[in-house]
Parts: sequence; C-alpha cells; structure tokens
Amino acid sequence: MAEREQRRRQNKDSEEVDEVPSAPVEAGQEIKSELDDLLDEIDGVLETNAEEFVKNYVQKGGE
Amino acid sequence: MAVHKILGIETEFGILHQQSDGDSNPVAASSMIINAYVNGFLERKVAWDFEGEHPGADARGFNEFDALAPEIETHLVNAVLTNGSRYYVDHAHPELSGPECSDALQCLIYDRASEEILIRSMDVANKLLPPNEELIIHKNNSDGKGNSYGCHENYLMDRKVPFGRIVSQIIPFFVSRQIFCGAGKIGSELSGITSTDGVFQISQRADFFEQEVGLETTLKRPIVNTRDEPHADSKKYRRLHVIIGDANMSETQTYLKVGLTAIVLAMIDDDYMSDIPELAEPVRNLREISYDIDLENVYLMKDGRRLSALDLQWIYLENAARYIKVFGADNLGGIELVNDLISRWEYVLTTLKTNPEALSNEIDWIAKRRLYEGFKERHQLDWNDPKLAALDLQYHDLRPDKCLALRMGLTTLVSESEVTNAISNPPLTTRAYFRGRCLQEFPEQVVAANWDSMVFDTGSEALRRVPTLEPLRGTANHVAKLLDECEDAGELLRRLGN
Repeated sequence: MAEREQRRRQNKDSEEVDEVPSAPVEAGQEIKSELDDLLDEIDGVLETNAEEFVKNYVQKGGE
Repeated sequence: MAVHKILGIETEFGILHQQSDGDSNPVAASSMIINAYVNGFLERKVAWDFEGEHPGADARGFNEFDALAPEIETHLVNAVLTNGSRYYVDHAHPELSGPECSDALQCLIYDRASEEILIRSMDVANKLLPPNEELIIHKNNSDGKGNSYGCHENYLMDRKVPFGRIVSQIIPFFVSRQIFCGAGKIGSELSGITSTDGVFQISQRADFFEQEVGLETTLKRPIVNTRDEPHADSKKYRRLHVIIGDANMSETQTYLKVGLTAIVLAMIDDDYMSDIPELAEPVRNLREISYDIDLENVYLMKDGRRLSALDLQWIYLENAARYIKVFGADNLGGIELVNDLISRWEYVLTTLKTNPEALSNEIDWIAKRRLYEGFKERHQLDWNDPKLAALDLQYHDLRPDKCLALRMGLTTLVSESEVTNAISNPPLTTRAYFRGRCLQEFPEQVVAANWDSMVFDTGSEALRRVPTLEPLRGTANHVAKLLDECEDAGELLRRLGN
C-alpha cells in the first residue's frame, strides 16, 4: 500500500518539502512558505461574492 | 467466524442551482443532474426495482409506532449504473449508493468513482443550462443552517449476533472515531441554535444526533441505526446501516473509516472483545468530542473510569492487532490490507497526540484548521466572517476549478486509472459484478434491478426475476466466463437454470 501513496495535487514547489530539512528554523520557514503558497492559490479561486454564496446555500435535510 | 465484511458507501450530495432569480427547486435540480448523466453516458436507463425494500423494518424485532420509517420515493429519477451503483433523487439531493465491495480499498475506489460521476453529471447538465445558470454539487453534510444530509455506510453482519452486543460495543467506537474521520466544520448547528461564533469543530454531523439507538434517519438521528433491511438472505445476514459518518474529501479518511469499522464489526461478530467500556452519556460525548479540537478532554465511562477519545480508540486498536493474529483477515480483504489499515490507525492515533498538524495531508478537519487559521490571519478576519464560511463550503465543492480540498496536497491512495475503471465497471469480487455486467451486456433485456435481484425480459410471456441473495456470489470468478459466452439474457437464464 505504501508505494501507492502520492499527493492528490502538489503545490508548485512542494516536492522539496518531502526532504528532511537540516534545522528546525528552516523547517518552520518551509512550512510557512508552503502555507503562503497555498493561501495565494486559495485567494485566486475563492468565490467572489462569499457572503451571497453562503447566504444562498440552503439545503433540505436528507436521508 | 465473522461473515465477510461486504461494505458500501451511499452519499447524498449538496446541490445548488444558481440562477438570476435565486429561486431554486432542489428536487428538480437533482433530477437534472441524474438525467444528464443517464442520458449522456448510459446506453439505456434501467430503473431501480423497489420489490423487497422495507426501510421501516427494525433490527430490534419490532416496528416503533412513533418512529418515522423513511419514505420510498418511487416517482423520482432512479437508475442503476453499469458499475453496480444506484443513482437517484433522495429527499431533494442526488444520492449515489455505491456497489457492494469486498474490502476497504475497493470501497474507497468506488467512493472516488462516485465523486467523478457527480462531476461528469455536473458538466453535462451545465452545458444544457442557459449561460447564467449553474448546478453546483458539494460533497458535504450540512449547509451551516441546521440542515444535514448523510454519507451512510453499510456492512454485512452475521444474523446470529445479538443486536444488543452490536450496540454496546460499537457506540464507543462511533463516538470516538470522528477524531480521524471528521471532515471539520465552522459553526454550531445544535438543535435550534445555529451560530458561527468562534466555533470550529471536528465533525460535520455530531450536532445532529439525539439518541443512542433508533430507526429514524431524518429526525432524532441515532448513533446506531436499527433499519433491518439486509438486502440479502435475512436468515443468515443483517446489514448494519451506519448514518453517523461525515463525507470525506480525504482518501485516507474514507479508507480508514470503512476499513477500521469493518475490523471492529468482525470482532463483534466473533464476540472477541471483552474490555470495551461504555460511555456514560454517548450522545452528549459525541458533541463534546467534536468541539474539543485539542483532544484534551476525558469522558466518564459507566464503570467510573474517565477516558479520552484517543484512549477509546487505542482499546479497539489493541484488540484488533490481537484479533487478526488469531482469526486472520480473509474476511476483511486479506492480511496485507488489514496490516496496512492497522499501521495507519496506529500512526494516526500516535500523531494526533504528538503532532496533529503533521496530519494536514491526511485528515480533512486538520487540513481545514490549518487553512482557515492561515487565511484568517492573512486577511485579519473573525471566525464569524462569511469568507471563512464560504471557504468551509468551497472545500467540498466538486467543481475541479473551485474545489479547495483538491488544493490541499491531500495524500491519495488510489490511481486515476483505478477510479476511471470504477466509473463504468463493477467490482469483480461481489454480486455487483453480475448486476453491472448484465447491464453492460444486455441493457435492452434488463427491466429493473436492485441489490438482491434482477428482472429480465427475454421476450417470453413472463418477466423473470433472478435473485442475488448471496453478496459473495455472482462474482467474476463465478460468472465472467458464462457472461462472455452468452449471446443474450435468454441464454444466460437457461444456463443459470432459471
């Protein structure tokens, strides 16, 4: 099973993340920069009118 | 010896019809989604057969007069797919009930195929709509306004097992498994109080459960559902219908959810566990665990001990590790698969304690928490901000250009080709194979199908029903050669001796 494992989708620079960083400070920076990249991408795909979208999202109870 | 843990997932998807006047009918929208798929991808629509459906039957051996049996909506769109699934409109949602699977990995593959079927349905349906309208599907369980819809699991159980043992031994597992099964949610939807006030919780569903055991699924939802419709030989089997789970975007979670539940149910079949403590207040504890995102709390047991959700999971894990050494894992998909499930279980429990952030590639609620906290800090927002609520919906949005879960770097366990194959082909190892292959080979001659039978029209006077009451019969091993050789359904039925 382990060899089947992969990332569903990588962020642009995240291949490097798999390598073990040499120092905790670098690791911290790496994690932060990875999150920054992710947030940049999320900002780009967010619904433009968030408030309206949330307000209109009404579902009937199911099951 | 436990019966083979045949398992499956049925998901009700959230649906939104965006249009200029804002007035949307979810039943019509769900029908559009399913019809788009059926007309766009299937040779011929084969209807679901309602013979044998008794959702009011109760596993405790009685029908509660005050319990509301789920209605069967026979007039709505309802189709059987060539991969063995049922695709239909249920209570104003498109629902996809995946085929019977013989292990957790296969079940995950079919859950992913279900997502892809919904994505294809959306594509086709939206091409048919005017340019200012769009149908949008979410794989989630709540609208954030107090309305919930389910992602149910089904497991084959031995009929001989006393239902009381199932109840007492599975409740602590169901209440605590959310720590690695939860899909995460902003806000609270406890009965009558809907609020986003600073709340982020582990589970989408915990707010909606009000009793320990019961027949309902839409009101007063129970932790253990008693619907007794085995869809198989009722003298030998029961089907445990599990309504407590979240729909997960993370493959690891779906795999662990069904795989570990199957292991625990096999142990219950075999009456293997003797040390499972009972929670003093499981319904309340279910909610408390969901709101305890630092996993710090302990909960009172009936024997007076106080244990955490992690403690409870460790008790099950230790039992499971011993159990497979004695009983093997043939009825759970084989020892390699089960060893993999148990080692991931151990990794997840250990890491939840030591460094939960490290699970942000495996667990939806942890991925969400990391994302929302980062987003909140970057844009200087309160937890109440609708932008965060929008993120919480968009995480589950199945449109590939909008889906946030797709962008989180979640670990995948199955390949694209396995998923693509599962969109149109049934599992090889259960009766779903017979159902799916008959639909592929003789679509004109299959009148209707359901879980435990198929109805054929071979041109003779009477329609002919073929029962499929054994979930492990009708596999590729049994019938692939026969189906390859038969020219039509008439020949198939003759050779089956029907």
